[in-house]
Amino acid sequence: MTGHKPSVIANPWRRLSAWTDARIGLGRAGISLPTHEMLAFQLAHAQARDAVHLPLDTSRLMKDLAELTERRKALLPHEPVHLQSQASDRITYLQRPDLGRRLSQKSCEALDRQGHTGDSPVDLALVVADGLSSYGVQENAVGFLEALLANLEADDQTWELAPLIVVSQGRVAIGDDVGNRLNARCVVVLIGERPGLSSPDSLGLYLTWAPEPGLTDASRNCISNIRPAGLSFEEASRRLGYLLREARRQEVSGVPLKDRSEETVIDQGIGNFLLR
Amino acid sequence: MYRYSLGNRRWQFATLAELMAKATPARSGDRLAGVIAHTAEERVVAQMALAELPLKTFLTEALVPYEQDEVTRLILDDHDVGAFEPVSHLTVGDFRNWLLSDLATPEMLVRIRAGITPEMAAAVCKIMRNQDLILVAQKCRVQTAFRSTVGLPGRMSTRLQPNHPTDDITGIAASILDGLLYGSGDAVIGINPATDNVAQSVRLLQLMDEVIRKHEIPTQSCVLTHVTNTLEAIQNRAPVDLVFQSIGGTEATNRSFGFDLATLAEARDAALSLNRGTVGNNVMYFETGQGSSLSADAHHGVDQQTCEARAYAVARKFEPLLVNTVVGFIGPEYLYDGKEITRAGLEDHFCGKLLGLPMGCDICYTNHAEADQNDMDNLLTLLGVAGCNFIMGIPGSDDIMLNYQTTSFHDALYVRRVLDKRPAPEFEQWLTRMQIFQDGEGKVPADGLPEAFRQSLASLPGGVGS
Repeated sequence: MTGHKPSVIANPWRRLSAWTDARIGLGRAGISLPTHEMLAFQLAHAQARDAVHLPLDTSRLMKDLAELTERRKALLPHEPVHLQSQASDRITYLQRPDLGRRLSQKSCEALDRQGHTGDSPVDLALVVADGLSSYGVQENAVGFLEALLANLEADDQTWELAPLIVVSQGRVAIGDDVGNRLNARCVVVLIGERPGLSSPDSLGLYLTWAPEPGLTDASRNCISNIRPAGLSFEEASRRLGYLLREARRQEVSGVPLKDRSEETVIDQGIGNFLLR
Repeated sequence: MYRYSLGNRRWQFATLAELMAKATPARSGDRLAGVIAHTAEERVVAQMALAELPLKTFLTEALVPYEQDEVTRLILDDHDVGAFEPVSHLTVGDFRNWLLSDLATPEMLVRIRAGITPEMAAAVCKIMRNQDLILVAQKCRVQTAFRSTVGLPGRMSTRLQPNHPTDDITGIAASILDGLLYGSGDAVIGINPATDNVAQSVRLLQLMDEVIRKHEIPTQSCVLTHVTNTLEAIQNRAPVDLVFQSIGGTEATNRSFGFDLATLAEARDAALSLNRGTVGNNVMYFETGQGSSLSADAHHGVDQQTCEARAYAVARKFEPLLVNTVVGFIGPEYLYDGKEITRAGLEDHFCGKLLGLPMGCDICYTNHAEADQNDMDNLLTLLGVAGCNFIMGIPGSDDIMLNYQTTSFHDALYVRRVLDKRPAPEFEQWLTRMQIFQDGEGKVPADGLPEAFRQSLASLPGGVGS
């Protein structure tokens, strides 16, 4: 048998990937990426692209949220509502963040018509927006809301909630407009985060006290990377619960509201082995 | 008022800022700002009008008011009339011809640097094609040094970027090792911290300093944290090589970033006082990128490419080792697709080099931009030809902390091979001495594991030896 020389040179330090998700020790064909690694990258990028461009299946989401509302009637006396931003399609959405922050005329009317009625404010409005990852919302929004509602139901103080809101082609700040129209003291926006190559399905949360149009990110608290391989629904709901109670107590959000529920990160690994 | 007649038709541009904006090749950020040309024809007419404008105009007509903006004051107060003299009689259009001509030798381009303002560079850039930007940039030589020398002809360096989503020491060390063994890191080993505070920065600075000292690597480290954090780290006697800061082209942009020119001067003095460089004393690392002024609502109606060029005046004042335009990170609302990212990368590199800056480029994109690896391959090759001082190096192009894609260790080796580029000379000698590369020119990695790192890996659980 005549031996062919291998065209791919493997890297013996590949096993270090046990300590990091970084794409280390990929090996090389000449000095280039081996075929297997090149295609693995292409797949990850394809999934991230799909997360951005595949539209959110709103009929499925609305059905799931209607069922959730039914199960949690005590907290959610109103049916969920589906709204649209002023960005009419994805291309517009990507190039005009300003339009993704404002409700369409029709949605404004719909919200004023069927949203919260009554003069006294509600404690909380929960808004689900597709953002930059339909995967993140489709896979994680309902599961997270289950955990959060259970948490709120078990809380010492009562929480009066606005109807669950879904916004298509929405950015974070659309919660300001929605919360304001619903006369909510606080709004939490659940939104699909900008997808990373190894995390196309991340859900982010933004809490804003006293929402009104024109606020900046300095008025918000954020919890990021909610997904099965990231922050769990239970942990995210625990942290949001803490922030909600503190926001309500101090009547503030954003920079002045510090998240002290977060534990210190301790190194998981074996230290700096390069010094050995 | 700027007027231009084309046949029977007369065009008007109310201000110099409007003329500049409308002459800019199309991009989404200028559309978002509402300063873009309304039609393709209006854009070319604006370019024709701009071509007839004397360069001198920019010395008397400020795009951002002198009284309101310290960057404008820096640009005009530091302008060198003597250096400007060889091109002072030219219009913007003539300046393009001059730059492309054999009158503009590398030596001549060094001589006129201090006479060129960012606005002059931005203006001529707007009427240059991609090949013009490449050709002229290639003639502009900018060389800087700290423990390695960056920007020598025929060389291209890399920033090793071992980011980790929780700043995990083992994870970061693993990416550093991967990079070093692929010949990356001669411009800097630079970490974007996930947790941005002084204590974390000091911890990461110590990590890198220990690795650099143990293996005697002729390079420098940097934690890309806020300038005031680095100042505090220096006061706490942390091993700081380079001071990092993101900078913009207007005072209001920089104020939104939380610093002013005095802050940068103070930080530079502090870093210089440590005297840690061996072959040079360039101690600053700046990052820029088109769109930052608009994003901070601090653009004064000026187009994003001109704002970007003005940021280079800020950089130039502090003699940086590295200036990195992070071209595709900001997202599609500023640069929509591969075509716009490519153009912006070439523009930034050209303007920076013309102004005398050690330009590198983070050739990158996010997953919501209309771009992919092929676009990055193209821009990487173009910037390699243009003589870009350095690019990023990251495992498999995937930044697992910042969630975007930039150039990989493999990509850098690709450019070195197809364009016959070599790493910084000090680092190249180290790669050979450590038996990391087998060819002496930083192009062919060794097949096995170099001796010096065998022990590090053998000590791991399960042993990753031989």
